[in-house]
Amino acid sequence: MPELSYREAVRDALSQAMRKDDDVFIMGEDIAEMGGSMGVTQGMLDEFGPERVRNTPISEMALVGTAIGAAMQGMRPVAEVMYEDFLTLATEQIVNQAAKHRYMSGGQLKVPLTVRTQGGAGWSPGAQHAQQLEAWFVHIPGLKVLFPSTATDVRGLLWSAIYDDNPVIFFEHRTLYGLKEDVPEELEPIPIGKARVHREGEDVTVIATGRLVHESLAAAEQAEKDGVSVEVVDPRTLQPLDEETLVDSVKKTNRAVVAHEAVTRMGFGAEVAAVLQHQAFDWLDAPIERVGAKFVPLPFAPVMEEFVVPHQAEVYEAIMRTVGRNGD
Amino acid sequence: MAKVEKKGAVSEELLREFFREMLLIRRFEEKVEERFRAGELPGFLHVAIGQEACAVGVCRALEERDIIASTHRAHGHTLAKGTHPNEVMAELYGKLEGTSHGYGGSMHLYDVERGNVGANAVVGGGLPATVGAALAFKMRDEPRVAVAFFGDGATNIGTFHESLNLAQLWQVPAVFVCEDNHWAESTPAKQHLPIEDLTDRAAAYGMAAMRADGQDVEDVYQSAHSALDHAREGRGPVFLLLETYRLTGHYIGDPQVYRPKGEVEELRETQDPITKLREKLGLSDEEFEEADREAHELVEASVEFAKAGTDPKPEDALKNLYA
Repeated sequence: MPELSYREAVRDALSQAMRKDDDVFIMGEDIAEMGGSMGVTQGMLDEFGPERVRNTPISEMALVGTAIGAAMQGMRPVAEVMYEDFLTLATEQIVNQAAKHRYMSGGQLKVPLTVRTQGGAGWSPGAQHAQQLEAWFVHIPGLKVLFPSTATDVRGLLWSAIYDDNPVIFFEHRTLYGLKEDVPEELEPIPIGKARVHREGEDVTVIATGRLVHESLAAAEQAEKDGVSVEVVDPRTLQPLDEETLVDSVKKTNRAVVAHEAVTRMGFGAEVAAVLQHQAFDWLDAPIERVGAKFVPLPFAPVMEEFVVPHQAEVYEAIMRTVGRNGD
Repeated sequence: MAKVEKKGAVSEELLREFFREMLLIRRFEEKVEERFRAGELPGFLHVAIGQEACAVGVCRALEERDIIASTHRAHGHTLAKGTHPNEVMAELYGKLEGTSHGYGGSMHLYDVERGNVGANAVVGGGLPATVGAALAFKMRDEPRVAVAFFGDGATNIGTFHESLNLAQLWQVPAVFVCEDNHWAESTPAKQHLPIEDLTDRAAAYGMAAMRADGQDVEDVYQSAHSALDHAREGRGPVFLLLETYRLTGHYIGDPQVYRPKGEVEELRETQDPITKLREKLGLSDEEFEEADREAHELVEASVEFAKAGTDPKPEDALKNLYA
């Protein structure tokens, strides 16, 4: 099995789709000669040329809106929004246009659009270059929202996003781009709406997304040493949500922690907690614990940034609270 | 900047067809006002009385596979693009037989088969997708043009500027049709535009611009034809400015307290595109009345069709979300 970094896995999915299908093309800021601000699209201009690797002006409304229009004419564009903070600039187009055209037309239109973006703290960019805004888009009927955390998942899910006939907002995490994983020889599409159980356990289920999947796996190892067996599940798709896998896991372990890098308030974990309490109320032996960023914008100074966003320690402590033990 | 020449004369026969279409739109809109006031139509309605020549002149200049994106004031564009009045009226009544099957309403009329990819209730909201459609046509080497309708008010919003910039940069086959009716809802041009000539905005992007008298359907048609040819031949997008007049309120029921006393009455005397065309064609009273009777009959039939239509089941609301 070849080993790919998360970054290479994204590039591989894009390139394979573009080789297979003339309707697939990519557009975004600095994606051509520069190869993208995260280096994801490096080399793609050489292979596919400027018509299909389209550098755009710094113009998110037009960049996303143009991709919507091309998608409605049957193309399968993948628009890259450099930082998810800048999704705010294209939110009108995503929320009022991409998400609504199929519905408002009574089913006449399809919008097979993928919007790739990335964010995440850990490198002190300050408050406007590392937010985690995935929960906003889960709130909008008509969108699908994906947030893969490993190379295999990002490759297989990006493929499925490109070939889905609906608008997909595809979140990547900046600090994961260098992370490697053995991936299948041939690209295997991963169905949208299927969670991945990363680690089986008996005592507590941690449901985590993005970077927190890896923090949670480390916290699970730590808890194991203390005799607590932890299951770690990554929903991977936030909308539609694989409720069955999450609920089944919690019915087995009777305890749950939800963990993400976004602020806890109205975070994706709030929705997961609501689903779990409703569908697994009688199985729960402890309050559902929530792990997320503190309710402030991201500060610049590394010590403050480190303090605001959650890490392994916060997940570990939450796990231990669910079993009635002080994790400190 | 590229110069776009207007096309030659339009045959009398064609102008007579335009007349019938414009009259149909007028009678349709009057009926919509009447039925709304009678409490039969839900929602928020904007009629295009006064702007019929813009809709007909542009849409009749299109080739069959060209597409349009419309605005909140969409009935005229939709009828002119070929949707039957029955389907438009049924949509306004919220019926499954409506052109958007009851999911859209007045501000979201779609008829994709006929090249209407949707009316947009967000001012300027449909412009980026028009650029995208044109990009798709260009990438696939299809001789098609994407047309966006919008008003003078939309030229202040970011999507307008970003869309014109990108369209010109990528030289996509798009035509941006600005129906300058001098009012952004209740706000007059002098309160929202720091410039007098809106073609300056196209010039800022190096885009070819044309202007036409939006109350003269022949001028609109010739200009639109030239703009479409220019775009179709790969010579880049065109900004087409139509000077027009809204001979009614922004929405049905708008008391228009903001409008100078007597303005609408005067404009109805001097700037009615239907009167102008009637005079140009020298139609006799009999000819006019025959056309008018035809329009009334179509409109009355559309109301009957709509009222006899099928109400969606409440749970139909859960359909059509995902493909």
